Amino acid sequence: MTPEELLTVASRVVEKAGNDEQIEVACSHGRSTSIRAYEGEVESMTTAESHAIGVRVLVEGREGFASAGSLDDDVVGEMLAEARDNARFAEADPHVGIAKPDGVDAVDIDLWRDSVAEMPSADKIDLALNLERRVRDADERITGVRAVSYGDSMGSFALASTAGITAATRATSASLSVQALALDGDRTQTGFAYDGAREPADLDADRVVDRAVSHTVDLLGSTKPKTTTVDLVLDPHLAATVLGLVAGTLTGDRVLKGRSPFVDRVDEVIAAETLTLIDDPTDPDSLGADSHDGEGLACRRIPLVEQGVLRGYLHDSYTGRRSGAGSTGSAVRSTRGLPSPGLQALSVAPGEGSLESLIGGVTEGLLVFNLAGLHSGVNPVSGDFSVGVSGRMIRDGQLAEPVNECTIASTLQRLLLDISAVGGEVIRLPNGVSTPPIVIGGVALSGAA
Amino acid sequence: MTQAGKNADDPNKPADLVDRELVEHVLSAATVRGADFAEVFVEDVDRGSVNLDDGRIESLSSGRDRGAGIRVVAGKSTGFAHTADLSTRGLMAAAEAAADAAKVSGDAEVRQISLDRRSDVPGPVAVRPADIEKSTKVELLRRADEIARGRGDAISQVAARYGESRRRILVANSDGVLSGDDQTRTMFSVSCVASGDAGLQTGSETVGLSIGWELFDRYDVEQLASNAADRALTKLAARPAPSGTLPVVIGPGSGGVLFHEACGHGLEADLVRKGASAFAGRLGDEVASPLVTLIDDGTMGDEWGRYAIDDEGHPAGRNVLIEDGVLVDYLWDGLRAREEGRNSTGNGRRQSYRHLPMVRMTNTYLAGGSTEPADIIASVDEGVYVARLGGGQVNTASGDFVFGMVEAYLIENGQLTAPLREGQLIGNGPKVLTQIEAVGNDFEMGPPGTCGKDGQGVPVGDGVPTLKVAELTIGGTAS
Repeated sequence: MTPEELLTVASRVVEKAGNDEQIEVACSHGRSTSIRAYEGEVESMTTAESHAIGVRVLVEGREGFASAGSLDDDVVGEMLAEARDNARFAEADPHVGIAKPDGVDAVDIDLWRDSVAEMPSADKIDLALNLERRVRDADERITGVRAVSYGDSMGSFALASTAGITAATRATSASLSVQALALDGDRTQTGFAYDGAREPADLDADRVVDRAVSHTVDLLGSTKPKTTTVDLVLDPHLAATVLGLVAGTLTGDRVLKGRSPFVDRVDEVIAAETLTLIDDPTDPDSLGADSHDGEGLACRRIPLVEQGVLRGYLHDSYTGRRSGAGSTGSAVRSTRGLPSPGLQALSVAPGEGSLESLIGGVTEGLLVFNLAGLHSGVNPVSGDFSVGVSGRMIRDGQLAEPVNECTIASTLQRLLLDISAVGGEVIRLPNGVSTPPIVIGGVALSGAA
Repeated sequence: MTQAGKNADDPNKPADLVDRELVEHVLSAATVRGADFAEVFVEDVDRGSVNLDDGRIESLSSGRDRGAGIRVVAGKSTGFAHTADLSTRGLMAAAEAAADAAKVSGDAEVRQISLDRRSDVPGPVAVRPADIEKSTKVELLRRADEIARGRGDAISQVAARYGESRRRILVANSDGVLSGDDQTRTMFSVSCVASGDAGLQTGSETVGLSIGWELFDRYDVEQLASNAADRALTKLAARPAPSGTLPVVIGPGSGGVLFHEACGHGLEADLVRKGASAFAGRLGDEVASPLVTLIDDGTMGDEWGRYAIDDEGHPAGRNVLIEDGVLVDYLWDGLRAREEGRNSTGNGRRQSYRHLPMVRMTNTYLAGGSTEPADIIASVDEGVYVARLGGGQVNTASGDFVFGMVEAYLIENGQLTAPLREGQLIGNGPKVLTQIEAVGNDFEMGPPGTCGKDGQGVPVGDGVPTLKVAELTIGGTAS
């Protein structure tokens, strides 16, 4: 379905609003292909078409929500009735409500590429098969591949509300991923790599092969290191993970509800002076780019941290009203869930130097290949940070022995202040983060006694 | 169009989500070009939740999802397509798409597929959550908020959540299997933030079972709220966890996640067959301390990971994986079992009709031993006692795993002493199994969990008695 057709469905529901009733309806439609290859053959191929609707009803500050995986008339009617019923039982808050138009114009970004639909299935299968073959052939120490996958999607989204907001957008994406295996005595080492883009032609298979293979074979012979203190070198993939966790605590709901370590810190220094973080979905080159947020407001460029100083938080319409700051156009949502403020396209301002030159500047450090247990090891309320890690030690600017079965520990607050270098080469990642590599000084590494 | 849920009034009878004749017709169409195997999976899910945060019932949400996934297997290739359209047209189109994706291109006889209904044993539900007034659910959360805040002025924030789901499925395949299940799950959680001089700390409690509203006959919401608040308050005085390698005693219940991560995933046959498991080729070997008997049991009582049939129509099973330290079997789904010429162990699961099934755990636990828990703690001079573990993650190929300590204490001279801040434990699955030095007589199941694998989440349970691991690496910041 086109975005315009979805908008018609959404608008028809909105028209049913009664007096004193606010309604916001989101609808989406997507088609996707997913291919997994194994040992030179297609292991599985999935073709899928999905619909979804999410209905938000607000009556006198009370909110109800219902969602379904179908746009059939009877289902849509049932969801409106259910959302209305749910609103009866919620408790009122004067700040709760749908977004109101705020006069900010949406950027005109084309996130759609016809090639995703036009490319024959056989060519998509070849992308997966070739990736597997290249990884297996790249190094004789690679003994297998656990999974290779290619995926793409074409999605349309529309939103309409009683406040007069309408948005209709569409986007395509494609991705490649692989996990390589290498036997290492009685153990097996693995390396994972992926890439994402708006269309298959923009996927960087070379980078995926290099990263998966080098991360696998460079871990061969790894041992548990001695407990010590290291400078952590994070390549853009891992810098994106860590800085994304930090920026995720800078949202209006976390701050207003006292669940962020950075409450009441605006205009204070929270990070090293080399760090500037901006959420900028209006940058068309970011893979997190978008014209509208999850409540239909225009996306905008939001400075979060400038030269180490906290500048503000991300708000949706609710936290914007409650804090007095106004929405920053940062509502994120799935069609099937309520909006909440979140990151869309985090951009880390580049400093200077390549990953190699950052490694060269470290006396005792660790080049990280993999962080494990992020969902259990990082507490976004207290900021406590403790995660499993593997990678290669750095001694006097040179890569040294591989290590695994160890952890690094700090707090999100300390990690920000301990950033000692920000590199110059930015990579744009599929999760919307664009960042260079970074170095974090003096982090506790736990291993053998 | 066949309407779902017409005969849903009897909670013990799964709904016939789609007519048998239509399913037979679709399976014939899916196999007409000579596929080896075809399957229709129909699902109808109703979900509801109530959320309290910041002292207010913020929202109630409902969700409805129904559709069908059709799988066609030809040689080593699987084609899969799904649709939310359960009409003849919708299902036939999905069957065609799945056959195309499987690259089936033969010209075979039309196969007459006739389906036999297997007996269904739906979950034990006394009171269907949908029959309870929403205002009663709201009241439950308000009480939790009040009790938690009453535990101390330092409690600065409380969030509570009630969730219910009812999932009805129908599975039919070209082998003649026709099975159904009706799975109800009910859960409640409360999480608190405490503010102190040294910053914020958190504490939470979650319960969930494969039963209905009677969950609240088993658990007292006020007690759960108190527990969550007290955990956050205790941690205000916590000191940084040690860093390095120490003996670790793990308390009963939530420590089950250790075995889920450390070896459960490595025993999943899909990973084993690709050499992506540290346990590949080790059947019959002594892989663990003789104190270790590890079981995965999809039939277990009314636990979170329980079901009557898996998402491929096979009955759930009680499967002993490690017996007295010896590896006796892996976990199998239908596809992998078929390739190996053996029976499925009833572990083929999927997140929804939009997903392909794969090998998954159900309720995974370490069987109880004979040692008194107090004696186990007393045997440690210097170590860590982990009262509650959080989530974890494993690299199945290397066996390296991590999991988070959410409530832990220092052990000094055989006594529990200072509470510790959060930190990660890290170890290697095959190694840790051989380092289990004591197993207590106080077995408990832990809180309900969601296990993620290849982007799919499914409900699982796990449990352990008190146990001692000779050494694990603790990722703290104390020097």
